[in-house]
Amino acid sequence: MKMATSSERSPPPFPEDLEPEPDEVGDQDSDDGEDIFLGTDNPLEIKMDPSLSASDIASSTKPLSEASSPPVMDLLSEPASEASSAPMVDLLMEPASEGSSAPMVDILSEPASEASSAPMVDLLMEPAREGSSAPMVDLLMEPASEASSAPMLDLFMEPASEASSGPMMNLLMEPASDDLKEPPKPDIDPLADILNDTPLSEVKTPVAAMPQETPSDLFDDEPSELFAEPRQSNTAKQQQTSIFDEPDEDLFSEPLGEASKKPQNDFFKEALAPVAKASNVCGPLSDNYNEHPTDIFTEEAMTTLPSAVSTVSVNSKTNGVHSDEEEPDIFAEATVELSLDSPRNDRKKKEAAKPSASAPAPSVSASASKPQPKTLEELEEEVEDKFELNISITNPEKVGDGMNAYMAYKVSTQTTLPMFRSKTFTVRRRFSDFLGLYEKLSDKHTPNGYIVPPPPEKSIMGMTKVKVGKEDNSSAEFVERRRAALERYLQRVVFHPSLLQDPDVREFLERDDMPRAHNTQALSGAGFLKMINRATDSLSKMTIKMNESDVWFEEKLQEVEAEDQQLRKLHIMVDSLVGHRKELSVNTGGFAKSVAMLGSSEDNTALSRALSQLAEVEDKMEQLHQEQAASDSFCFAELLADYIRLLGSVRASFDQRMKTWQRWQDAQNMLQKKRETEAKLLWANKPDKLQQAKDDITEWEAKVTQYERDFDRVSATVRKEVLRFEKEKACDFKKQIIKYLESLLQSQQQLIKYWEAFLPEAKAIA
Amino acid sequence: MTSTIDDSDKEKTLSVSVDLNNDTSLLIDIPDALCERDKVKFTVHTKTTLSSFQKPDFSVPRQHEDFIWLHDALVETEDYAGLIIPPAPPKPDFESPREKMHKLGEGEATMTKEEYTKMKQELEAEYLAVFKKTVQVHEVFLQRLSSHPILSKDRNFQIFLEYDQDLSVRRKNAKETFGSFFKNMVKSADEVIISGIKEVDDFFEQEKTFLLDYSSKIKDSTARAEKMTRSHKNVADDYIHISSTLNSLSVDDNTALKKHFEKLSDLFEKLRKVEGRVASDQELKLTELLRYYMRDIQAAKDLLYRRARTLADYENSNKALDKARLKSKAVAAVEEQQQQCLQRFNKLSESGKRELTSFKGRRVVAFRKNLIEMAELEIKHAKVGHTGDSLSFFLSVFYMYWGESDSIPHCRVCICVCVYIQLKSVVYIHLG
Repeated sequence: MKMATSSERSPPPFPEDLEPEPDEVGDQDSDDGEDIFLGTDNPLEIKMDPSLSASDIASSTKPLSEASSPPVMDLLSEPASEASSAPMVDLLMEPASEGSSAPMVDILSEPASEASSAPMVDLLMEPAREGSSAPMVDLLMEPASEASSAPMLDLFMEPASEASSGPMMNLLMEPASDDLKEPPKPDIDPLADILNDTPLSEVKTPVAAMPQETPSDLFDDEPSELFAEPRQSNTAKQQQTSIFDEPDEDLFSEPLGEASKKPQNDFFKEALAPVAKASNVCGPLSDNYNEHPTDIFTEEAMTTLPSAVSTVSVNSKTNGVHSDEEEPDIFAEATVELSLDSPRNDRKKKEAAKPSASAPAPSVSASASKPQPKTLEELEEEVEDKFELNISITNPEKVGDGMNAYMAYKVSTQTTLPMFRSKTFTVRRRFSDFLGLYEKLSDKHTPNGYIVPPPPEKSIMGMTKVKVGKEDNSSAEFVERRRAALERYLQRVVFHPSLLQDPDVREFLERDDMPRAHNTQALSGAGFLKMINRATDSLSKMTIKMNESDVWFEEKLQEVEAEDQQLRKLHIMVDSLVGHRKELSVNTGGFAKSVAMLGSSEDNTALSRALSQLAEVEDKMEQLHQEQAASDSFCFAELLADYIRLLGSVRASFDQRMKTWQRWQDAQNMLQKKRETEAKLLWANKPDKLQQAKDDITEWEAKVTQYERDFDRVSATVRKEVLRFEKEKACDFKKQIIKYLESLLQSQQQLIKYWEAFLPEAKAIA
Repeated sequence: MTSTIDDSDKEKTLSVSVDLNNDTSLLIDIPDALCERDKVKFTVHTKTTLSSFQKPDFSVPRQHEDFIWLHDALVETEDYAGLIIPPAPPKPDFESPREKMHKLGEGEATMTKEEYTKMKQELEAEYLAVFKKTVQVHEVFLQRLSSHPILSKDRNFQIFLEYDQDLSVRRKNAKETFGSFFKNMVKSADEVIISGIKEVDDFFEQEKTFLLDYSSKIKDSTARAEKMTRSHKNVADDYIHISSTLNSLSVDDNTALKKHFEKLSDLFEKLRKVEGRVASDQELKLTELLRYYMRDIQAAKDLLYRRARTLADYENSNKALDKARLKSKAVAAVEEQQQQCLQRFNKLSESGKRELTSFKGRRVVAFRKNLIEMAELEIKHAKVGHTGDSLSFFLSVFYMYWGESDSIPHCRVCICVCVYIQLKSVVYIHLG
């Protein structure tokens, strides 16, 4: 079971890239890339109602969402409560952990937020999400900072403006100021955290001691899950509670009070303490929502819409950008999510619930900032190994001699994924193998609208140099550059949840005696031809005016094209910067030598000394400039080159979508023709041919439906892939830019150091 | 950009230190200059207490050619043979910025308007810097003359300063240009010839080897320093393009990266300024120093040549005397000439020794001053680049956006504060 492995990875993924979690639902679950919920949720869904196939989710759940919520709750809660036995708990935990903290928090916080008011949903979600998995800074900062221009703006501002009341402001401020006071606390032992830091222990309530008991069951089974979860839930809860209790006590005292009446105490003994802790806010609230609707809730009249609300928030959460999702999708996802979250709540309600509603809010807010440092820790770990799959390419080695020589790279994989035979393994691959892998993947996945990461280009120039065996700087740099590019390429492949499932990828990583990709030698040429073909192909597609039904695609394509252009320009600029910096380095070196000479012939001792010192400084500067040029090139130029290539793939996937659309249109036209033929035949009264025509029509009707479905599927994939790509891009750029800035910063610091050391020498000239 | 010019302008007045004595009896400066096509008109302003001038305070318009005339006049004055004549200021050269401007105009289509404006500004600044440097060099030439105890009393110099009409120095015609070229050839050949003469004074022997060696080294250094500053300038220019491309990227981008591209663009813009200043300061403090001393050393070498020439003359006259004695013909006349030569040679040696010693001291002081200033400026710029409103701030901003502030602990605090303030303002804005 996948869950077991994922549970070892306690920290939730970084919010921005949480979704590319390899999912065992795999291929048939095309949605996993974009929405964890759908993906992770499927097993649950199936379990709850075996009759629902994954693909049917949307249709089956739609009615549910349209129905008023109590029935939905009931319906969904039933299986859940059945499943409250151990396996079900696992199952429920699993999606949560896989789905990483963010969605988890959403689930938990959602009912609460819904309960309070519609606009607040977003608000609650956002901080909760951030808080749970991003470092504390991100928690509130991000919305705040992005509020100025990013899409999140709406998310954050909207609630504020809609609420437009004093308490609302407090509500926003409160968590922030809390954080401010709280320096990051390095917590190493998550267990200790849970035991000590859970708000529960600080709550002077009957349940106070409960957390200590909770570990008994769950900690043994899935400790990490628990670690991950409590934190999330804590944060979620704190967000909520601070929000809840501050703005309006009345509003919440009621539901909370109600909650306290519930038989929840056993809950903690049952083991889910931290989770329940979270649910004790939202669970009961949602209960109230369903069973004892108070004024507030009825006022909001959200009963029929919770799913819609939640989806909107989910969408915006998954990327923070694509709130432009379309309604139908939203509903599909929403209901699915709802189905996940309501059983959860029910389960929690059953297993346990609010221990003490009397005091939770203050205590919670008191400990509000504590879990966040923890999540920081988590994040750090998370960033390092977010996929349980580490791939590195090392030891480039020249094999053979002369023009038949090639570079072989050591591809080492470290993984905990069960799909691989062992945890660590190493294979040797040559460059053409990488190209071969791409060809295979591209052939298989591009038609489906996937963005297949492209490998670095074949460089005849660079390779020839290496082949000739010049052991100079540039060929070493070339090899290193290529090694790094291949590594990034392979990482992109395996980080892609769908591509990772591909047997070819596995074979590439695992198999010792990889059959040499045929036509490798010609591959660069053939690939080039292929690319030209593709280009002309897409060009011809361009000429066909696609009646774009979806503005999103149109806009995205434009964006991608504009970005492509800009990136190309930027790449040229950065290349020229690299060139100029190298030139500067060389010139500085020349100057350093020259100054050294000047110093040696200077007859004033002090001046001579100072000049040779200056020569040394300049020597170091040369080094510095050289390093900086390398960092310009490796951090910046390479990143841009990667993304120029990747944008090509993105465009290819758009083209693919266009192609499928074209096929569909053609089929429709064909069908139209067939129908006309039929009508003619009917008119001409030729029954013998009529049957044939009718058969044709049915055949083409089937084709049209098939192609339409294909188109829809490809469109969905493309959309998801583009969103995924954007997230990856943001993440990559972030990482690289920070790295680059750090290198700049460091060289500036070195510069200061060198010149400061030189200053006294200059002053010593008498 | 304007502020930069002003800053560097002030620094520029110190760019070439010539160890001027603080004699206030004759103060010369060039407060103003006018650039007309390829002619530059300098306003030479003099303030003096010397009685040899008619007025204590006056200004005259002068052109570059007038300076050259003055220099040549001084060089040709026999009495000053034992002095290091301050090197003539180089001809104003506005070709390189002009050419660049032309190129920029051609490439206008390939860049954004903003980029173009920035590039243009940069070039204008460069042009202005060249202009000011030109004025500077001319001023320094006059100041060195005015601070020299003997040269300041030169009649030509005083005319140059005082004569309020156009000096209307005739431009050298082709023949004269060729003539001076020929003279130079003869001089170089002569140098080779007289280099065979055995030196009688160790001091001059040493000076000669030193200056020869030093001048070739400093020539090389100057060329390399020029190259270095030029490529530094290129790096700064690249930053402009990168910044503007990033900016347009951020305009198109609608994802979370938008803000970050914007910030990065700002950062590159700031870095551009930093690098640009580093380049121009290096140019000012280092290249200009080397350039000036390259010329000054040439002047010192000229002095040595003149002395060697007189030494050769003396030896020749010795030989002539011997010959005359042998033939016992016109011995007295030759003897007198020989005595004259000796006298001249001794005089030259004496003043040359004095001049060269003071030159050495002056050079060391100038190098010291400029190197210190350069190191300080480098540190200043690097610090501006790295603290204040640039690198580390931007880095912290990026950490903030991406929540990776762990590596810079202190940043976290300021980030929190920033965000707190931001948060506040956002909320306040919304509450009206």
